Amino acid sequence: MRSTEDALFDDLHPTQASTWEEGRPDLDLATKASIAATVLGVLVVALCLIRPSFASVLGAPGLAGVALLLIGGTIGWNRGVYVPSGAGIRNDGVFFGASYRPSPATLALTLPFCGLYTVLWWSNYGTGMVFLGIPTAAAGLWAYGHAQTVRYAGSVALLLLAAWMWFGDYTPSSLDSVNPLKGGIALVDPLAMALRGSSADKWFFYTVAYTTGVSLMAVRMAFRYRHNRYHLARTASVVFWQASFGFVVPMLLSKMGQKEHYFSYFWPLKPEYLLPFNVVDNYWDGGTVARAMFLWGVMMSLVGVPVLTYLYGKRWYCSWVCGCGALAETVGDPWRQLSDKSERAWRVERWSIHGVLALIVGITVFLWTNEALGRPWMDHGRASGLFWDWYGFFIVAGFAGIVGTGFYPVLGSRIWCRFGCPQAAVLGILQRFFSRFRITTNGGQCISCGNCSTYCEMGIDVRAYAQRGDNIVRASCVGCGVCAAVCPRGVLKLENGAMGDRFEGADDPLGEMLRSLGIRPRTGDPGDR
Amino acid sequence: MHVVILGNGIAGITAARTLRKRDASVRITVVSGESDHHFSRPALMYVYMGHMRYRDTVPYEPGFWTKNRIELVRGWVVRIHADAHELEMDGGGRLAYDRLLIATGSVPNRFGWPGQDLDRVHGMYSVQDLLALERATPGIRTGVVVGGGLIGIELAEMLHSRGRHAILLVREDSYWRNVLPREESDMVNRAIRAHGIELRLSTELASIEDDGRGGAGAVQTATGDRIEAQFVGLTAGVRPNTTVVEASGIDIARGVRVDEQLRTSAPDVWAAGDCAHVHPSVGEPFLEQVWYTCRAQGEVAAENLLGGSRAYSRGIWFNSAKFLDIEYQVYGEIPNRPASGVKHLYWEHADGDKALRICTRDGRFIGLQTMGMRYRHRVCEAWIRDGISVDDAIAKLHLADFDPELYRRHAPAIRAGLKEVSA
Ligand SMILES: Cc1cc2nc3c(=O)[nH]c(=O)nc-3n(C[C@H](O)[C@H](O)[C@H](O)COP(=O)(O)OP(=O)(O)OC[C@H]3O[C@@H](n4cnc5c(N)ncnc54)[C@H](O)[C@@H]3O)c2cc1C
Ligand code: SF4
Ligand code: SF4
Repeated sequence: MRSTEDALFDDLHPTQASTWEEGRPDLDLATKASIAATVLGVLVVALCLIRPSFASVLGAPGLAGVALLLIGGTIGWNRGVYVPSGAGIRNDGVFFGASYRPSPATLALTLPFCGLYTVLWWSNYGTGMVFLGIPTAAAGLWAYGHAQTVRYAGSVALLLLAAWMWFGDYTPSSLDSVNPLKGGIALVDPLAMALRGSSADKWFFYTVAYTTGVSLMAVRMAFRYRHNRYHLARTASVVFWQASFGFVVPMLLSKMGQKEHYFSYFWPLKPEYLLPFNVVDNYWDGGTVARAMFLWGVMMSLVGVPVLTYLYGKRWYCSWVCGCGALAETVGDPWRQLSDKSERAWRVERWSIHGVLALIVGITVFLWTNEALGRPWMDHGRASGLFWDWYGFFIVAGFAGIVGTGFYPVLGSRIWCRFGCPQAAVLGILQRFFSRFRITTNGGQCISCGNCSTYCEMGIDVRAYAQRGDNIVRASCVGCGVCAAVCPRGVLKLENGAMGDRFEGADDPLGEMLRSLGIRPRTGDPGDR
Repeated sequence: MHVVILGNGIAGITAARTLRKRDASVRITVVSGESDHHFSRPALMYVYMGHMRYRDTVPYEPGFWTKNRIELVRGWVVRIHADAHELEMDGGGRLAYDRLLIATGSVPNRFGWPGQDLDRVHGMYSVQDLLALERATPGIRTGVVVGGGLIGIELAEMLHSRGRHAILLVREDSYWRNVLPREESDMVNRAIRAHGIELRLSTELASIEDDGRGGAGAVQTATGDRIEAQFVGLTAGVRPNTTVVEASGIDIARGVRVDEQLRTSAPDVWAAGDCAHVHPSVGEPFLEQVWYTCRAQGEVAAENLLGGSRAYSRGIWFNSAKFLDIEYQVYGEIPNRPASGVKHLYWEHADGDKALRICTRDGRFIGLQTMGMRYRHRVCEAWIRDGISVDDAIAKLHLADFDPELYRRHAPAIRAGLKEVSA
C-alpha cells in the first residue's frame, strides 16, 4: 500500500537517480583501466562460450591470462571506487541504482544466473534457449523504453545472444545435442587436468565459476568493509572454505582415486550424504576412507551442528563456512537490501523452510525404513532415480539454483537460505531455542531509522526489536553482522552469552517452543508487533 | 473515551501505542498534517543519500494501525477549541475529543535574516523540507548550510553525497562547540574537511541574495564575504512548534507550558515531545528535544491521559550521533567548558578518529563520552547511578566496550593513556 509520501518520492526517483549519477566523483585512469581489464576478462569467457574452439586455442596460458585480468581488474576497480571515499559505511546511492524496485534491469540481471542453472540441469541448447534466450530477448526489448543503464544491459544481452547464435559452433540440427557450456568447459579443462587428473565437465566448470565469483566479489567486500574486522574475517573464512573444501580438496581426492567428497556440507543440505542409496553403495562399501567420510558427515549432523550452534549461533555455518552463504555474502551482497521485510514474508518463510525440512526428513525416514525392511518398496536404483528426478529437480536445481540464486537481483541475496535451506531450518531451530547467540540492543539508543532492517538480507525487521530495547533472537538470523555495521547509533552487537539471558523465557527452551507454536499461551506484555 | 493525539511523531505515536496497551477500549485518533504515517525523522537524511527509501523509514506496516484500532487522520489543525473540546481543521472540519495530547514537535529557527523566505532556502525538519531539497537538487552546484549543530552537519553530508559543493557556516570557532569539549570538536572539524566539505568557522550569516528570480543566489556573511549558492539550509537549531497552541489561548512558555505530569493549562489537554516545555514544581524548567525523551514523554502522557499521575523524569542523560563516519555516544554529564568541581580525563587514538572522555566530580564517575567507539548504555548508566569511583570505572572499562566482535580492544591503551585536560 503506497502512502501519499511514497508516491511523491517515487515520482522523484528519476531526478534522484540522475542527480546522484551526475554528482559521482570521476574515476581515475588506473580505475578505468581496471574496469576495462575486468570487462575484457568477462568478454574472453563470453567468447569461449560462443565459440568453444576459441577456448581450445587459448589453453592453459589463456586461462591464466583470464584469471589475471579478472583478479587484477577487480582489485583495481574496487580500490578506485572505495579507497578515495575513505573507510566507513558506503551506502550512498544504493537505492538510486537499479535495485530501487524490481525493474527490467533487475530482471535482465536475473537471466544469466537463472540461465546458468537451467543449462546446467538440462545440458542442451534447445531447452536452454527457451529459458535463457527468450526471456533475455523479451527483457531486452522491454528495457529499451527505460533508463540509460537498463538500455545498455538490454543491448549487451541482445548482442551476446545474437553473437552466440551467429558465431556459435552450433547448427540448427545440433541444437539439442550440444551443451552450451561447452566453451566454458573447454576453457577450464587445463585446470581440471592439473587438479583432478581428468577432463572438465559441466560441474567442474560450475564449481570454478562459483569459486571465482565468490573470490572476486570478496575483493569488493574487503575494500567496502576494510574498517570492520568482523566482515573481513567472515569474508576471508567463506572464501577459504569454498576454495578449499568446496573446490580444491574434493578435486585432489578424486585425483587420488577417492570419492569427490565435500567435507563442509552435511545432511540435510546435502541429503545424499545420509540417504541409503548413496551411503550403502558408495560410502559404506567404498573402502576405509569413504567410510570415514560418511562417519564425519554423521558426526557433524548429529553432534557438530548442535554444539557449534549452541556456542556461536547459526552464523558459524551460514556466514563463515557454507558455500551458499559464501555466494550470498559476496556475489549477492549488492542486493541484500531487496529482501522482503513484511510480516507476510515472514509467515511464508516459516512455512516454506520448515516444509522443505519436513520433506527431506520424511524422505530420509522413508528410505531408511525401506532399507531396514530389506527394500520391499524400491531398490537403490529406483530410489536414487526418483530422488534426483523430483527432489533434485524441484529443490536442488529449481529452488536452490534457478530461484535461489537467479533471483538475487529481485528478492535479495538469501532467498534459498531464508525460504528453502533445510540445514538453515535445523540451525535456526537450534539458534532460536538452544543457543548462546543473540544480537544485543544497546539500551535506549535506537532512533528507529530502519538501516538495520533495510540491510538485513534475511528480511528480519531488526528495528522492531531494537526500538523496544529488546534483543534480537530469530531463527533466520545468519549473524552476518551487517545490521550492526550500518546502525548509525551503535545500537546492535552480535554476542554469545548465557542462554537464558537472551529474552524473557529463554531459560525454558521447551516451553518457549510450545509458546512459539501457539500450543501454550504467552503471558505478560503481548507486545504490539 | 475518545483521545485525540495531535502529531504523529515519536511522542504522539508512543502515546497512542501506550494507550492501546494499557486500555483495550479507549478510542484513539492521531491527527497529522505532515505525513500519512509515522516515520523516523532522524532517518530523513538517509532517504536523500539513497541508503533507504522513504518507505523504509516507516517503522510500522499499515496493518498495524487497523490491528491496534488507532485511527489516522491526515490534515492540519488550525485551532484548538479547548472549552468546546474540539479541534478545528484546515478547511473547516471539526474533530471532537474527550482528552487531547499536543505533540506538534518543532520548527526550524529563522532569525529574521533578509532573504530567508526566498525559494531554495529551507530548514531540514519535515518531509516537505526534504521534498523541496530533492526538487531543488538538479539546480544546486553549491549549498550553504547555516548552523554548526547536529542537523547542519547532516545536511552538509547529504549535499556532499550527491556531489554538490557543501559549505558549512558555523558561528562558534569550532564545530558544535556549545556542546562538545575542545578536543572532540576539533576532531569533527578535521573530519568535515577531510570529507571535502568546506567548513567556515566563526562565520555568521548576514543575508541571502535573490538570484533575480525569487530564489537564493548567494549569501553574505557578517564579515562581508559573499558566497554564491543555489541552496541555503537553515539549521541553526529548532524551537517548539506552538503555532496552533498560541492561537488557542493555552499557556506558552518557550514551548507549550506543562507541569511534571505533562498537563497544559487547559482542561483535558496534555502535551509531550519537542513542543513541551516542562515546568516542574521544583527545579529549573527544561526543554528536551531528542528522540528518546519524546518517546518517554509520550509514554508518561498516555498513562496520565488514562487517569494516572506519573511525573516525567528523564533519568540519566544519554545521546548519540554520527559525524560523517565518526560515531559519537555520551552517557551522563560531560560539560563542554571548565565547570567547577569537574575533572576531565581524555584519551585519543593515534589515528585521530577515536576518543574517550571521562568526567569526575569528587573522585566519582559522572559521565563518559566516546568518539569512534561504542559503549554499553546499561553499564555506563549503572556506574553513574551508583556513583562508583573513577578508578573503579577505569579498571572496569572493558565491561562497557560495545564495539563489534574481533575489533581491536582499546581499554588497555585508554587506561594507560588517559590524561587530565581542561575541557
Ligand atoms: C534532521 C533531524 C535529525 C534528527 N536526529 C536525531 C537523532 O539522531 N537523535 C535524536 O535523539 N533526535 C534527533 N532529532 C530530533 C528528533 O527527531 C525530535 O526530537 C523528535 O522527532 C520530535 O518528536 P515529536 O513527536 O515531538 O515531534 P515531531 O516528530 O516533530 O512530530 C510532530 C508532528 O506533529 C504534526 N503537526 C504539527 N502541527 C500540526 C498541526 N497544526 N496540525 C496537524 N499536525 C501537526 C506534524 O505533522 C508532525 O508530524 C532529529 C531531528 C531532525 C529534524
Ligand atoms: S539480523 Fe543482522 S546479523 Fe542477523 S541476518 Fe539480519 S543483518 Fe545479518
Ligand atoms: S539501525 Fe540502529 S538506530 Fe536505526 S533502527 Fe536499527 S537499531 Fe535503531
